[in-house]
Amino acid sequence: MAQFGRREFIILSSTAAGSVLLKACAPSTTTGGTASPEASPAATTAAASGDVIKVGILHSLSGTMAISEKSVVDAEQLAIEEINEAGGVLGKKIEAIVEDGASDWPTFNEKAKKLIDQDKVATIFGCWTSASRKAVLPTFESKNHMLWYPVQYEGQECSKNIFYTGAAPNQQIEPSVDWLLKKYKGQPFFLVGSDYVFPRTANTIIKAQLAAKGGKVVGEDYIPLGGTEVTPIISKIKAAMPNGGIIYNSLNGDSNVAFFKQLQGAGMGPDKYPSMSVSIAEEEVRAIGVEYLKGHYAAWNYFQTVENPVNEKFVAAFKKKYGEDRVVNDPMEAAYIMVYLWKQAVEKAKTADDLEKVRVAALGQKIDAPEGPGVTMENNHHISKYVRIGEVRDDGLFEIVYATDKPVKPIPWNQFVKETKGYSCDWSDPAKGGKYKMT
Amino acid sequence: MTVETVDAVVDIPYGLAARKRRKALLLETAIVLGVAALLLFIVPPVMAALGQGVRINQLGRFLALAIAALGIDLIWGFTGLLSLGHGIFFALGGYALAMYLQLQLPPGQIPEFFTLYGVTELPAFWQPFYSLPFTLVAIVLIPALVAAVLGYLVFRNRIRGVYFSILTQAALIVFFNFFNGQQKLINGTNGLKTDTSTIFGIQVSDPRVQTTFYVLSILFLVGGYFLCRWLTSGRLGRVLVAIRDDETRVRFSGYNPTGYKVFVFAISAALAGVAGALYTVQSGIITPKAMDVAFSIEMVIWVALGGRATLIGAILGTLIVNFARTLLSEQFPEFWLFFQGALFLVVVTVLPMGILGWLRGDGMNLLRSLLGRRKRVETYPSLEEDPEVQYERETLGDRESDR
Amino acid sequence: MTQLLESVFGGLSIGSVLLLAALGLAIVFGLMGVINMAHGEFMMIGAYTTFVVQNALKKTPLSELYIFLALIAAFIVAALLGLVLERTVVRYLYGRPLETLLATWGVSLILQQFIRSVSWQFVAGVGTFCLLFFGGSWVLARRPNFEQIRGWAIAVLGLLSALIALVFSNILGQTFKLAVTKPWFGTQGVDVTAPKWLRGGLPIGDYQLPYTRLFIIVLTAACVFGIYWFLNKTPWGLRIRAVTQNRSMSACLGIPTKTVDALTFALGSGLAGVAGVAVSLLGSVSSNTGQAYIVDAFMVVVVGGVGKLIGSIVAAGAIGLVSYVIGSNALGPFVSFSPFLKSFFEFFATASMAKVMVFALIIVFLQFRPAGLFPQKGRTVDA
Repeated sequence: MAQFGRREFIILSSTAAGSVLLKACAPSTTTGGTASPEASPAATTAAASGDVIKVGILHSLSGTMAISEKSVVDAEQLAIEEINEAGGVLGKKIEAIVEDGASDWPTFNEKAKKLIDQDKVATIFGCWTSASRKAVLPTFESKNHMLWYPVQYEGQECSKNIFYTGAAPNQQIEPSVDWLLKKYKGQPFFLVGSDYVFPRTANTIIKAQLAAKGGKVVGEDYIPLGGTEVTPIISKIKAAMPNGGIIYNSLNGDSNVAFFKQLQGAGMGPDKYPSMSVSIAEEEVRAIGVEYLKGHYAAWNYFQTVENPVNEKFVAAFKKKYGEDRVVNDPMEAAYIMVYLWKQAVEKAKTADDLEKVRVAALGQKIDAPEGPGVTMENNHHISKYVRIGEVRDDGLFEIVYATDKPVKPIPWNQFVKETKGYSCDWSDPAKGGKYKMT
Repeated sequence: MTVETVDAVVDIPYGLAARKRRKALLLETAIVLGVAALLLFIVPPVMAALGQGVRINQLGRFLALAIAALGIDLIWGFTGLLSLGHGIFFALGGYALAMYLQLQLPPGQIPEFFTLYGVTELPAFWQPFYSLPFTLVAIVLIPALVAAVLGYLVFRNRIRGVYFSILTQAALIVFFNFFNGQQKLINGTNGLKTDTSTIFGIQVSDPRVQTTFYVLSILFLVGGYFLCRWLTSGRLGRVLVAIRDDETRVRFSGYNPTGYKVFVFAISAALAGVAGALYTVQSGIITPKAMDVAFSIEMVIWVALGGRATLIGAILGTLIVNFARTLLSEQFPEFWLFFQGALFLVVVTVLPMGILGWLRGDGMNLLRSLLGRRKRVETYPSLEEDPEVQYERETLGDRESDR
Repeated sequence: MTQLLESVFGGLSIGSVLLLAALGLAIVFGLMGVINMAHGEFMMIGAYTTFVVQNALKKTPLSELYIFLALIAAFIVAALLGLVLERTVVRYLYGRPLETLLATWGVSLILQQFIRSVSWQFVAGVGTFCLLFFGGSWVLARRPNFEQIRGWAIAVLGLLSALIALVFSNILGQTFKLAVTKPWFGTQGVDVTAPKWLRGGLPIGDYQLPYTRLFIIVLTAACVFGIYWFLNKTPWGLRIRAVTQNRSMSACLGIPTKTVDALTFALGSGLAGVAGVAVSLLGSVSSNTGQAYIVDAFMVVVVGGVGKLIGSIVAAGAIGLVSYVIGSNALGPFVSFSPFLKSFFEFFATASMAKVMVFALIIVFLQFRPAGLFPQKGRTVDA
């Protein structure tokens, strides 16, 4: 047996010392020694003490969701850098504290608590999956704090403590189903999704919508998040729709790659089996391979190919910072503008600490976004967005085949689903709040 | 051979040995209780005063994890069975309590997530969890029963070593996929949240409740420690160590190891179940990720770092690894996996006996040499201190061909 | 008939991937009793090698044949990496299989993170550190009083080298910016696109056999024959078999067991690299790639039994067939006479529940054959 002793131990200790050094070089995260460390409902935080405003960035940098979330972090950091270069917010620089949620919902919750209680951030930009958002929601509500959430989601939620800058179902899923119904008259639908909150709810909505509009669902199947064994599902699709039909795809993360590679292998191309995806954007197209996706559709609010000056500037700035071969996508755009929306709200409220004031000031904030002019934060904490449908083309970007000419207002509580029909949300009026019955 | 060694045991008068042992036991109890009191009364206010309020919650959770680590130590450190499936028992305990908390609703209502999947009636296996006594028993008993059944099936066939590890991992994946895939029964990937439910009329995320669970974690940890200490110090402990060191010989001496192994596996699972329940309420959510392959392997590394077969080491290792992990992932969110990977490597290669083992062996010698005292002699002075023997051992005894 | 053919082929294609992934693992485990948790990450390395080769050959006439070059490259890269792992870590842990398991798990974490964050800056930093540290200790080791100062010297040297490497890589990052700080692969995952002739499939009736699956089946067969030939017809294969059967006796007879160990480990890792090429044609290539296959591969080894290739082959085929049949509910139509059986099979006809069923079946199976399908004859080997 080999002798392990002092030498190895000293290597170990020197690595430890090295990591301390690394830490010294890393941007220091000063913990404000404030008087009231207890988790009191923090309407006011000490984030803006000194000449920086601290904000939290909370996404998965490891695990199955890292594939998507890492680029959202990039976009948020780009926006923060731009704001800082332009003089910051209220004359203060923004300091971002990045935390890794590790694709694990309890970790998200833990890190959110840490960012709020320990770092006393002014707000948190974060989350991708609905499961992670739902996991941190109680924390944000009990601490009365603020989360900005940049991803399209299933709706059926309207928290006072969250600003949703991704699409609500009526800004993405519903129009895309309408479009499919029109383009592929009489074709059956097969719903495929990852097995968690978003696809489940999205498919409930789609089924209700199709039932109302005369569409036909012949099957529905789910793969566990991160799963890559898709052969049985493809057999099922084939069995359910032998003569072709529409695949409505809400798979997330790695599963998409396996799904599309093997879909093509089974000879099920977009001519007979067109698919509409709601979680595949430019980044994912690159990871899957253009060859497998050409001709398939995706529904989003923004594509890199949108033509307007704001977008050109955004794309150029992103490529300059992260490399020519990088692409931008919808969640990244939403993440980028939400930092600006927060900045505008803080400037209007003239404070970053009084979250109550920031929340009020955020309502009605308008921004000329890369997706188009006049995007507005509505009273229900969601933003109005342009709706677009794109077809994957040779270079891996999307050919926009459908677009609205003005922003569509968000409807968080779905009007096709029985339980939420007739409900709405309005945070500008204390009497109405998160869920009230429309008259 | 054996006869000789038995004869060689020095004959200490019975009373003296017993008194010595009692004294050592008292000292140990005092130390453990002292540390517990420190954690109970001193640490929280100090942390709070330092503006590190979050760390108290973390400490509470890690202390809960330490209970699971005690279980791992019992089965791996003492009995030599490397279980990579303790996530199952941890999660079962956590889910049991979370289900109880989810059911704290006005009569006639079912937990909200069910509506998502069109489930209108509470699944039958949820029903018993309306009752608190049942839940409390279930937290301990369900993991223990699952472990006993699994253990019986495995040990009966004399499956051990790496096979046992892989099989427990297979079982882990069965449970993971079941919980992960059953949205309609148990909310799948999304897991069960406990923060917004109430316990005895108070919201679980309320500081008072959280403090209670912090205290409970400490109490259970102390209780778990004494339980393991008691189990391992007596004859049972000696059989366990014998099984670890040479199971075949134990069998030949007339013992049937199966029963012992099943028993100790069940106990260790029960400890993991308690840990899971305490952890869940303090972290606010339990998801199938608790049955992730990685998490169960990590549990083993806590014990390995602290030192196998030293119960204190298991606790120490848990706290060190988890705090290191938390702090590193805060400081280097993009790189921390490097450190975690390195930890595994370093512990196994450089510190095979863990921190405690090192302290007792090389560390003590280092201290002695710093104080200018002689190394502690373990065999014969003529062997350990003769420079010529040392020279031969270093240069001749470790050649490539000898390994 | 088509249904049956489809099931057989579906099972075969899942099984062949499993077998390819498990082959290297089985050989290493059979020989050394070592479970290599980093095996999946070697597959991942193989998949990334495919990506690199694909991009390197993109604009050349060879671009349609890149897959063959990728196979060779992946084998070499993974084998070298395996050799390094064996020489630096595993070697010290023989006879302690459980510790090896933990150590290789650590290696797998490091490799995953390495793929995510490797960039020129990173490589330069690590390179500088290694150069300074090992170069420095080599120079210091010349000094006569090295034994006395070893501890402190290495501590100081390590600290200094780490500091210099850190400063150096930071300066590098500041001066060249994106050119060096941009990760090679990043977290997002990369695309490996099968060459044109592997896309699409062979139509049989209204079913289509994907060419990629056919390719993988052929590749697996080739690997199995290759290994079989190597183990049975070459002198080194003979030595490997000898050491597998009785290590100490082989050592007594003059077989260099250390070399055999290293060679086998490299071979097993190389096979993982080849498996990586195969899975890159089917699924995603990202840092998580290996994790998706590793546990299934363990199961193949355990069910198959140690020391016989045939065990792994049969086990992989059986597991593949059962998971396909359950997952796609192929038995559903046959049991429609009984509502209970029908709903039973439907309950398990999802990807995750099929897995539950398969693993439960494996545990049950091991009740009857604790040592696998084809256990080693003779005295039991204590693990």
